[in-house]
Parts: sequence; structure tokens; C-alpha cells
Amino acid sequence: MIRILVDPVACDAYGYCAELLPEAVSLDEWGYPIVDGAPLPAELVDAARRAARACPRRAITLRKRNPGH
Amino acid sequence: MPSAGDTVSTARGYRLLGHPSDLPGHLAALGPAPLPSRDWSRWREEFVSALEASGLGGRGGAGFPAAVKLAAAHGAGGGGTVVVNAMEGEPASDKDKLLLVASPHLVLDGAQLVAAASGADRVIVCVPAGRARVAAAVSHAMEERLAARCAPASETLVHPPERFVAGEESALVRWIGTGQSLPSFRPDKGVSLQIGRKGALVHNAETLAHVALIARTGPEAFRARGLDEDPGTSLVTVSGAVEQPGVVEADRGTPLIEIANRAVPLGPSQALLVGGYGGAWVGPDHFTTPYASLPLRAVGATAGVGVIVVLGQGVCGLTETARVAQYLAGQSAGQCGPCVYGLPAIAHDVARLARGQVDAGLAARLERRLGQVEGRGACRHPDGAVHLVRSALRVFAADVHAHLRRTPCARRDGPTQLRFPVAAPGVTR
Repeated sequence: MIRILVDPVACDAYGYCAELLPEAVSLDEWGYPIVDGAPLPAELVDAARRAARACPRRAITLRKRNPGH
Repeated sequence: MPSAGDTVSTARGYRLLGHPSDLPGHLAALGPAPLPSRDWSRWREEFVSALEASGLGGRGGAGFPAAVKLAAAHGAGGGGTVVVNAMEGEPASDKDKLLLVASPHLVLDGAQLVAAASGADRVIVCVPAGRARVAAAVSHAMEERLAARCAPASETLVHPPERFVAGEESALVRWIGTGQSLPSFRPDKGVSLQIGRKGALVHNAETLAHVALIARTGPEAFRARGLDEDPGTSLVTVSGAVEQPGVVEADRGTPLIEIANRAVPLGPSQALLVGGYGGAWVGPDHFTTPYASLPLRAVGATAGVGVIVVLGQGVCGLTETARVAQYLAGQSAGQCGPCVYGLPAIAHDVARLARGQVDAGLAARLERRLGQVEGRGACRHPDGAVHLVRSALRVFAADVHAHLRRTPCARRDGPTQLRFPVAAPGVTR
């Protein structure tokens, strides 16, 4: 079970994550990513890794467990 | 600034207010803090189990069980710091200022006990720059304790900047360690905070005063007050449209309106703002809600930082909410996009609603923004603003309805009944 975690302090709204992974990342009206925290479907994990690598601010991480628990 | 005359305590038996402020008086009334002498492990076990049995929840906002926090810190290893959080950045709160002026030794004893139990060797008390009276009381108390050898862990007073978010625990710890007063992104809140490589345990000043009393009286005296599931007493700052604003000590579970009535409301109240500026409005239908975690949650509120603001008839609740929303937007630490851009946008929407300057999309836009901002900051600052605005839309629903139809609002321009560190943000033209 892999989930996407956005570090809101690091994030600068480049928006590459939403371009590379529109199935799981949307942008708010200011361009910051919204993720729902739900486990990623297996077929999206590779795209999620690419999105994490593409982030110029390294604000995207993939977590094996539910953040905060 | 609170004075002794502000305090009203109807407490019998266990009470937080009304203890002596000087060390000789404190020792004569309560005896020394029961710190460990020989068998540390056994002492610690007893101390922690007394704290657990007391059911004491943190009084700084989150209400997290004090014993659980202590257990987590102990796991992090010794040689650390106990941070006394007396930042009280909440404009409507005076309880921690009052407590440190009235009974500084109670707070410091609590910090020493927690330090002894967690293996920390220093206590750092955080009072914002500019609060001279509180700072003077704390330094005087520290001098007395040093002279009387009542401070096995070193005690230091520091002055972080006076900002709303400076008291957020990760921001406080970071300021002590690096001088940067900024909240940290902590996806796993269970991981303990650190200063350098040593553990840091942050407790609210009131929480520590309770610890100091519980260690002396045992958990039963504490549990004799309040509710079984939410025991003890709490300090609540009551302000707004009241004759006698001030800090009261109330049993957990006391109906909200009874606590408000101790400050003598000036007339019938429209609503109560409970928990602080990141708290929630509670309408007359729920004025008898018990002041305790679960019942408050059931009406969309929390005890938060121990604040009740009484809203009288002279001003529109939406205008007041717009003022608070604008204040909170200005208090963002400026780190996270959803807070930096979202809070001003929300405040702007609420201000337009308050003024009756509505467009067709206003209600839906505000609703969408509230949903998008919540839960997306490193700290809970934006969440507090969202909860407050949501509660206003609920409690002042009739006003919302009227304003959306541009019905003139007679109370729209009423002067604020809330307190702001600077002049109330203007929301009228």
C-alpha cells in the first residue's frame, strides 16, 4: 500500500506532479497539489515514482504507510 | 493583562488558581514537589501511573493525554529539554499569563517533575517578547528556586517572537534550536521533537501546573472534579460582551453558558466563540453543551486553548468572523501555499458575505476553498481558520441567508466585541 505525501513547506506549485500523475494529483486554484491520501492503485506506482523524481522541490514522497498514524 | 481580581474560582478541594505566588508561601501551602530521591525507576513508575490514572489531557489546544506524551519522550532517550509553552498567542486567552504571574512555582514544579520522569536536564520556559509582567514573575520565581535548590534541572526563561504560530510546538522547538520560529512538516506526529540530537518535550503551562498538583494530591483529587471521561478543571478566559472579563477555573463538563455567566454577559448572547480564534461558534441551541472534549465535538467545537468569547447583540456574527479570518490569514507563517493563498482568499469571501457584496458564485466558491485548504498545511493553523468559518456558516445560517439575498443587516458595522493584538481588521468599506 503506497500513498503519496506532499510536503507543503517544500512545495512551490511547479505542478509537474499533476501533469505526470493526473489520476491521483489535482491542483487547487493556486496551483498547489491536492492528493487524497488514499492508497495508490498498483498500476500508478511507477508514474508516482516518476512524479516524485520530477519534483524540483523534492516535495513528493511515496509512503508505505498512512501518514500520521 | 490579568490581575488577581480577574480570577473567580468556585473550586473546592482540587484547584489550580489561588495558590501562593512566592516560594516560601508555595512550599508552606503545598510542600515541595515530590521529586525522586533514591529509587528513580520506582518513582518514575509511580509518577507515570498517577498521571495516567488522572486522565489529564493537555490544556494547550490539542488535548492529547499528558501521560502518553511523556511515555513517547522517555522512549526518545534522556538528556533532553522540557519546554514550558506559555506562548499563548491566542488573542482572547489570558490563562497562561495569569497562571505564571499567580503561581509560577506550580508550573515550574510540573516542569521539574516531567524533566525528572523523562530524563531531561533542563527546563526552558517560553514567554513571548514584550510580556514584561509575566517575564518578571517567572524570573523572580526562578531566582527563588535556584537559591532554595528547588531546581534540579536547570531553569531558563526565553522570549520567542510574539506571533500566533510561534507557540505551535514544532515552531517553538525549532526556534530554541535554530532561531527560526516556523512550524515543521511532520507527517508522523508520533515521532518526538528534538533540539540538536536530544529529545524535547513541550507542555502547555497549565498542563504542567496540573501535573504539579496531581503529583502531590494523587489522581483521585483531580478526578473528583469534572467528568469521568474528561476529568479535572480547566482555566477558561471569558471575554466579549461581558461585564467582568477574566479567567475562570471550571470543572470539565460545566455547561458553556454557566462558564460564560460567571463573567456576567451584558445581555442575551447571540453565540459563543469556543476554543479560540481557530475554534468554533456555538449557537444558543447548544449553550448548555458540557465544556468537555466529546460533547463539544458533537456540536462542531473543541475546548481548544480554553477560550469563550460571548457575542452580544450589537454586531453581526459574520462581520466578526470576517475580522477573525482576516487576522488569522495575516498570522500565517508563510510557508505553505494553501495557507498563504487560501486563508486570504477565504477571508476575502467571508468579508464580502459580511458586507452583503455577494456575487452568484460566492457561496460555492467559499465552500470549495474551505474544502481545499483544510488539512493541507504543515501545522494546523489553516485548519483552525477553516473550522471557524464553517461554524459561522452553520451558526449564523440565517444571517448568511439574508446577506446572500442582500437584505440590509443592521448589525453589519457593529464595533468588534473580540480582542485583537492590533486594531480589529476593518471589513466594512
